[in-house]
Amino acid sequence: MEAFFASLVSVAFHGAALGMILYVISVGLSVTMGLMGFANLAHGVFAMAGGYVLTTAISRFGAPFPLALALAFVFVAAASVVLERLLYSRLYTASDLEQVLFTIGLIFISVAVARFVYGTLQQPVVLPDYLKGQFALLGRDFPAYRVFIIVFSSVMVGLLWFGVERTRWGAMVRATVDNRAMAQSVGIDTRRLFTLTFALGSGLAGLGGGLGAEIIAIQPTYPFENLVYFLVVVAVGGLGSLRGPFVAALLIGIADTACKYWLPQYGAFPIYVATIAILLWRPAGLFGRRA
Amino acid sequence: MSAHAGGYSADPRIRWIESLPWIVAIAAFFALPEYLSLGARILIYILYALSLDLIVGYAGIITLGHSAYFGLGAYVAGILAAKAGIGDPMVQLAAAAAAGALLGISTGAIILRTRALTLLMLTLAITSVLLEIANKATALTGGADGLSGVVVAPVLGLFKFDIFGKTAYLYCLLVLLLGWWLVRKLIYSPFGTSLTGVRENSLRMHAIGAPVYWRLVLVYTLSATIAGVAGGLITQTNQFVGLNVLSFESAGELLVMLILGGVGRIYGAFVGPVVYLIAQDLLAKQFPEYWYFGIGTMLVLVVMFARGGILGILDGMLANLRRKP
Repeated sequence: MEAFFASLVSVAFHGAALGMILYVISVGLSVTMGLMGFANLAHGVFAMAGGYVLTTAISRFGAPFPLALALAFVFVAAASVVLERLLYSRLYTASDLEQVLFTIGLIFISVAVARFVYGTLQQPVVLPDYLKGQFALLGRDFPAYRVFIIVFSSVMVGLLWFGVERTRWGAMVRATVDNRAMAQSVGIDTRRLFTLTFALGSGLAGLGGGLGAEIIAIQPTYPFENLVYFLVVVAVGGLGSLRGPFVAALLIGIADTACKYWLPQYGAFPIYVATIAILLWRPAGLFGRRA
Repeated sequence: MSAHAGGYSADPRIRWIESLPWIVAIAAFFALPEYLSLGARILIYILYALSLDLIVGYAGIITLGHSAYFGLGAYVAGILAAKAGIGDPMVQLAAAAAAGALLGISTGAIILRTRALTLLMLTLAITSVLLEIANKATALTGGADGLSGVVVAPVLGLFKFDIFGKTAYLYCLLVLLLGWWLVRKLIYSPFGTSLTGVRENSLRMHAIGAPVYWRLVLVYTLSATIAGVAGGLITQTNQFVGLNVLSFESAGELLVMLILGGVGRIYGAFVGPVVYLIAQDLLAKQFPEYWYFGIGTMLVLVVMFARGGILGILDGMLANLRRKP
């Protein structure tokens, strides 16, 4: 019984860490899709880029961990502004098929570039000493880095929610998600709002990719391999919402960890089946509004 | 309106230029005997691309999971040949088609009730489920090592699959001819027109009383059947099935081929695979990094500047020539 309880706590803990990473990465995707109706399959590219920025900053330039994390956010956000202005913005009115193809093209390019620059091997993450080892809580030991992930992500999530629910910028975003034409007519510069929000979402993805580099391995095929997970979070959670993907990400993180722990012979099979079931039950996602 | 050849306005009779692909295919058979295995692969991918064109190009259903039906067909044919000892290629192909159809109608009936991102996600999830099954059911599928030991008996008991790939090439060509005939008939029928109608404006199709949902389920099932046949063919010509037939990359590659040729036009599905697979054969092995970079760049450029693909560009050039004199 005690052994079972211990594994239960362990699964919940590791699952929560994975779920938080998935949320930080995917929340930007939910907002971009909800705000602009843009099917951005290349969102994982930003996460991968964040991971490479972090590992490179640490292992090649000896940057301290917090600085590397901040760099992952800043670099990816800046790069995404360039991409958004040059490419994405031309396709806001294009059909779904064209957006899908365009973003698949971006994935192919990024996979090639990553392989060319870094090779096919997984990038090792060098953690600082204060994030290594164990963290004792209530008579149990938890890996310190996972505790850090959960706490740090929670703070980020809190800041994001505060920003969206309580600030002027957040009110503008919410208004534009609800009704873009109306938002424009009351004088909101939706184009600028798109660019800013896109940059923030991509930056968060980069941050999540860097933060989770130890959990979700950074390698060139990253955007392909994890695409399903990011999309599941958004589709199950519901487009354009903040809470939906949060619940979905935690559910998926914990379910995935539980499956790997107790039912390794089935792989990710139960996750996909559950996703299909949820989407058939609620096509707009758990917290989505019916379009 | 896009310049799609289809519907009542177009003449359903076969024009002389439509014999061109077949003349080229037969000429290639005699002129390039050392490239017949690549040729067979191209023919199979044309059939596969045709099936995708039917749903993406004509019906406007966007899917990232078409490899589910292709892969299922491949595995069904492979398992029959390697595990059940049924070597007759016709039986294998019929089983692959039936499996594709069955999966097509059962999944199509469910997922076609949804739209946009949810639909995209469901197609992806279904393929992932199949991939996971193929990966884990090692006793049946060989898992990550792939399924080897595929034995294919002579076609109709007469034509043995030779090591030069002559039989395989002609056999694939015949199946493709059949598939092309079926798809062409379908596109020029009132049914084909109604599909175009759904793609352009599904609300209006509902309003004029067309059974939109059932039309979509039907075309999805047909497309899955053809994809299943294409999967069966790839198993028979390779005599091996690997997990990659079910992967997301392979579904993505197929989309690339279709876009390259031209979506929503029957011969786009012919041009795309020819260009893509020949280029891949020439370039991909020497420069794998540049290959993917090139593919991605091409995809971005096509979406930005040439939405009709190669055939769209040719059309534009022809129109310019005609206007000038």
